[in-house]
Amino acid sequence: MNELFRRILWLPVQGSTVAGEVDALHYAVITITMIGATGVFAAALYFTWRYRRTDEAALTPPIRAPLLLELAVVGGLLCLFLLFWRVGFQQYLRLQSPPADAIEIYVTGKQWMWKFAYPGGQRTNARLVVPAGRPVKLIMTSRDVIHSFYVPAFRIKQDVLPGRYTTAWFEVVRPGVYPLFCAEYCGTGHSEMEAEVVALSGADWEAWIAGAEEESMAAQGLEVAARRGCLSCHTLDGQRHVGPSFRGLYGGVRQLIDGEAIADEAYLTRSMMEPAAQVVAGYAPVMPTYLGQLDAGEVAALVELIKSLRHPNPPPPGVDYPPIAPAAPTEAAP
Amino acid sequence: MSSYLGPPTTIRSWLFSTDHKRIGVMFLVATTVMLALGGVLALLLRIEHLTPGPTIMQAATYNRVFTLHGVIMVWLFMIPSIPAAFGNFVLPIMLGARDVAFPRLNLASFWIYVAGSLVTLAGVVASGADTGWTFYVPYAAETFTEVMPILVGVFILGWSTILTGINFIVTTHTLRAEGMRWREVPLFVWALYGTSVIQVLATPVLAMVLLLVAFDHGLGWGFFDPARGGDVVLFQHLFWFYSHPAVYIMILPAMGVVSEVVCTFARKVPLSYVAIAASTFGIAFVGFLTWGHHMFVAGMSIVDAGIFGALSMFVAIFSAIKVFTWVGTLYRGSISFRTPLAYVFVFLFLFVFGGMTGVAVASTSLDVHWHDTYFVVAHFHFIMVGGTLTAWLAALHYWWPKITGRRYAEKWGLVTCTLTFLGFFTTFFPQFLLGNGGMPRRYYLYDETYQALHVLSTAGSWALGSAFAITLVYLAWSLVYGERAEGNPWGSRSYEWLTSSPPPPHNFDGTPVFRHSPYDYHLPPGS
Repeated sequence: MNELFRRILWLPVQGSTVAGEVDALHYAVITITMIGATGVFAAALYFTWRYRRTDEAALTPPIRAPLLLELAVVGGLLCLFLLFWRVGFQQYLRLQSPPADAIEIYVTGKQWMWKFAYPGGQRTNARLVVPAGRPVKLIMTSRDVIHSFYVPAFRIKQDVLPGRYTTAWFEVVRPGVYPLFCAEYCGTGHSEMEAEVVALSGADWEAWIAGAEEESMAAQGLEVAARRGCLSCHTLDGQRHVGPSFRGLYGGVRQLIDGEAIADEAYLTRSMMEPAAQVVAGYAPVMPTYLGQLDAGEVAALVELIKSLRHPNPPPPGVDYPPIAPAAPTEAAP
Repeated sequence: MSSYLGPPTTIRSWLFSTDHKRIGVMFLVATTVMLALGGVLALLLRIEHLTPGPTIMQAATYNRVFTLHGVIMVWLFMIPSIPAAFGNFVLPIMLGARDVAFPRLNLASFWIYVAGSLVTLAGVVASGADTGWTFYVPYAAETFTEVMPILVGVFILGWSTILTGINFIVTTHTLRAEGMRWREVPLFVWALYGTSVIQVLATPVLAMVLLLVAFDHGLGWGFFDPARGGDVVLFQHLFWFYSHPAVYIMILPAMGVVSEVVCTFARKVPLSYVAIAASTFGIAFVGFLTWGHHMFVAGMSIVDAGIFGALSMFVAIFSAIKVFTWVGTLYRGSISFRTPLAYVFVFLFLFVFGGMTGVAVASTSLDVHWHDTYFVVAHFHFIMVGGTLTAWLAALHYWWPKITGRRYAEKWGLVTCTLTFLGFFTTFFPQFLLGNGGMPRRYYLYDETYQALHVLSTAGSWALGSAFAITLVYLAWSLVYGERAEGNPWGSRSYEWLTSSPPPPHNFDGTPVFRHSPYDYHLPPGS
């Protein structure tokens, strides 16, 4: 029954603990009010047909509604509407009251991306990783204009304001990936201010939060490469495919169809944005541009991934190569 | 017999006329032009949404187009549409007056409207603002687009609204025909009276908040800038304190039209005159106390959200009283299903079903999911836009013989009304589902899963656009070739039909004395 209603009404999956009960109220309110509205409209249509004008000169009886009937109808309707409100407000209270044992995550909205910071120091962009089955409290603010944190599958939304902190909370029922939107108009890139909530099972979450700090950008790059479809043409093991392999790419001299280039960061970035500009000899210029598709963080992660694969041969099994030390970060004063 | 249409017929005699009827007609023409402009922008927006990616415009253009669509439709069309055009035309006649209380102020109101519209449209030519019609700060204070002309234009338009409101209130109090008791004032006048009260009380708040945004945007003051101690949410409170009652500025006159059309075409005493008139003031009053329901997720206090949610239910109650009374009035009437009544049925459909989604959003927790999605877009296009537009069309057809002295083509009217209904439903019903599916509003790009519904909605917009074009054509045709209307083609008992059509320059030949109520369809005519 729930599933039937949900599909008829085009509602997203019920990803959070509150979604089910909010939807139940939704079904009840919509069903009752639509039946009522149909009744009223049908009565109007019936009267119009039944009392259609047959005699041009006919007089009509001066029927006036008895006050008691008016009061009864209005009173009954008011009780019904206030009942809807009572249940709805109760749910609203719950939506607005994060449980005391919730995990806290800091959210920053800015034109046009979402940033998430964890108490352990982990940070992510456009990807809110949370445990399933545990309440998560978000403490949110904006760097510029008003944004709104909206996860349709969780039935929650909260404006994110500059100069203030607002909170929201949810508890994901099942591990999975749920789209996250900005719902408050925030300018040119409003519709591209997307992110996702990744809910992990208990064990995965523990592993992620423990490893996240050490999750190198290269590891993030691997995810990006998988998500953005890079790996359907580029391999990681040196094998030739539609495009050159990522392995052994960085730092080498590339023979292009019209010259050569050193595969440095600038070359790699340009190859993503303007793939037709520097095509490696022997490959067809078939790569689509990723200009406007990859955000700055994703590009950086991909570059780091390719850098981490600079060694031309795959490591023999059982041998751990030392990770490539990233360039010493120029630490700005905090 | 001479009528207000002339002589004189020179352009000058129209532009500087203080005759409320000519001013009403000029408002009708001006607001119709704005409707066409806003409508074309809407069609462009719908075409853009045919595909999930870019279709015919850039994101920056899209943002400007939806802003202008909103600004034009709200301030240049819907707010003045019924009161300034039809209200101006029929209110004094309904009261048996020769004109409004302040005829020159009335003309000033029209010219202020023209000035405000021109300033606003100048902003469009300059670059167009991309803030949305709601001007939310801090975005509106920071945007690089030209938001100033629109802020100033809307500020000027507010004066037009206020002057018309004052004029109607004073006219109703002072210029009723001798012997007309308050219980005999036509229901359309009550609706305009309630509207005018809102216009006079709420519009200054809008003027104030627009000035504050203009100071922030143009002069870099920091009323709403949190970095300098300003408050971004304060703006929303002030804005909606006007803009929520503004919804009733749009819908109350529409309800007044419905009351008149229902009684005339059912030839029936209203089921409860008092209920219709009193609920007007119920809506006008409670309408001032529900602005917070626009802000359930804006970071307002939980207690406030609860109170605003419950109060919002009362608006639904007062609206329901009207709906029940209209439907009850049809009972045992002598009903002639003509175009005005057909449009009232479209009104009823949109208002009743759309109104029920209003009850749903007032159930606070449900609004959390729907806020700022297409559900809300569909909701207010059903109830506020659909209600106002269909009542406006009903009024246009109902008073067309009164205003022009010609009959429109009834068959075309009914066919086009059906097309309007189908177009409206097809355009906006899919948007309820889009909102349920979680599609935020004001999105230039969207996920492919939403495309089917968007395409359906766009198809509906074409039907709706065609219906308007056809209406324009057959009404224009009737101006020249239409059958001449007798004084009272509908057999209405309402006072504006007691005079000739089109009415003489001073509305009545001699001083009118109304010896009957405007709805005494139970008595033989002339008794």
